[in-house]
Amino acid sequence: MKTAARLISLVSLAGTILPPVLFFTGHIGLDATKVWMLVATIAWFAATPFWMDR
Amino acid sequence: MADDTRTPQTEPVDEYEREKVPPRAWLGFSSFVGQYAGEHTAGTELMIGPLFIASGVTAVDVVGGLFVGNLLAVLSWVFLTAPIAVRARLTLYFQLEKICGRKLVTVYNLANGVMFCFLAGAMVTVNATAAGVWLHIAMPGLNDLYPNSAGWVATVLVMGLLMTVVAAYGYKVVARIANIAAPWMVLVFIAYGIIGARQLGIDSVSTFWPKAQELIWTGGLPLAGRAKFTFWHVMFFAWFCNMAMHIGMADLSVFRYARKSWYAVSSAAGMYLGHFIAWLAASILYAQQLHATPGNTAVLPGPLAYNAAGIAGVMCVIVAGWTTANPTIYRAGLAFQAISPSSSRYRVTLMTGALATIAGMFPAIAMKLLDFVALYGLVLMPMGAVVFVDFWLAKRCAFQSNYAEVSGTDINWAAGLAWVLTVAGCLAIVNMGGLQIYFVGLPGWFAAATLYIVLSRLLQRKEVRL
Repeated sequence: MKTAARLISLVSLAGTILPPVLFFTGHIGLDATKVWMLVATIAWFAATPFWMDR
Repeated sequence: MADDTRTPQTEPVDEYEREKVPPRAWLGFSSFVGQYAGEHTAGTELMIGPLFIASGVTAVDVVGGLFVGNLLAVLSWVFLTAPIAVRARLTLYFQLEKICGRKLVTVYNLANGVMFCFLAGAMVTVNATAAGVWLHIAMPGLNDLYPNSAGWVATVLVMGLLMTVVAAYGYKVVARIANIAAPWMVLVFIAYGIIGARQLGIDSVSTFWPKAQELIWTGGLPLAGRAKFTFWHVMFFAWFCNMAMHIGMADLSVFRYARKSWYAVSSAAGMYLGHFIAWLAASILYAQQLHATPGNTAVLPGPLAYNAAGIAGVMCVIVAGWTTANPTIYRAGLAFQAISPSSSRYRVTLMTGALATIAGMFPAIAMKLLDFVALYGLVLMPMGAVVFVDFWLAKRCAFQSNYAEVSGTDINWAAGLAWVLTVAGCLAIVNMGGLQIYFVGLPGWFAAATLYIVLSRLLQRKEVRL
């Protein structure tokens, strides 16, 4: 359980920073960037409490 | 209402407040890295970055000034604060009590509490701008000093009261959210900068620097009502914005838990993530706003973050503001409670939060945050000089260290006068236009140290003196 939560947290951190990088390089639009950042944010706060600071 | 006499589960535990931290409680290096990275990536960083642009800095001045100033801040923690912290292993308040006496520490606590209250007020202001994104209220402009709409007052009131109640009853929950949110927050702050740069038309790393000089930190005249900033303004601001913590010695309370004094290099995590990357990223967002809507000079973190990163961006503002306002309101409450120890900590925290909420309604504090932060450090700095001199130089200068403890006095007048005269002298110089507030801290520290030595030699009773 903890390993899965850690993996989701790691992916969601990547999902927080990758969309802005892709927007910077012109591969995705701003609206898509905002949506992916929100999805990553929700995933981070859903998964991280299971393993961090417990 | 909670029972005032018991220790509630939701309160943080303040350990070893009146004794040395024992070796079993010492902490490793990584504990401090996380703490500093989280604490210095706050909602108010989104106010400070734009205010540099409003002050007309150039790219070289802001990047160079922040790099050097933050380095000096880290070195101050490493060479001034931590060596005393790991030798004495006492809180600042207990160490000050030994030097200054109970009554003088009470006055210091009052000054500390008031400053924390106003700082928390600025954090409430920042969060209200985030709520304002959805509420479509009239928000304050760059030069507004007073509340400008009923909607603004109501929004600040609701945000402030929520933060206050949580600080009083749910401290640990928010402290846990702060730890969990820290890595995500840092990345969202970086994302602000990347997105803002692209919105300004910067599309490659190689063109960033020339375009930054042309579009972001262009130099030139500051906005109306702002002082022109140079390299020296930025450097001294970056160095001294946490003056209360390093030179002012407040972080003795933090590093008394460190195994080694060099652990203070962990403060670099806070300085270079929060006070370098986050400030520059916030600057970029503001430059983009000025570029897209040239007449819109308002520094409103909520809308700035929403335009760049949408709902996730606004969430970051709220979480960053809330998680730093939480301990700030709590610490202000502790400082006030020390004046009246029999008062309920809940009631004191609630009253402190109410004061911070009222302060947050006045945008003057947030819009003049650079000046306020400089003042905050200046007011508390002289006591840091007193601690430094008392610890290292008392014997060499032939006066008694920990004079209040040894003599049994409630007020060490040498420390009190060194504090008051230094602050009064620095503020007089600023008011007469001799120096701007960012520059008086350094000579002020030497003035406080010299005054404390001279006054101790003059005022200490001979039978107590060495």
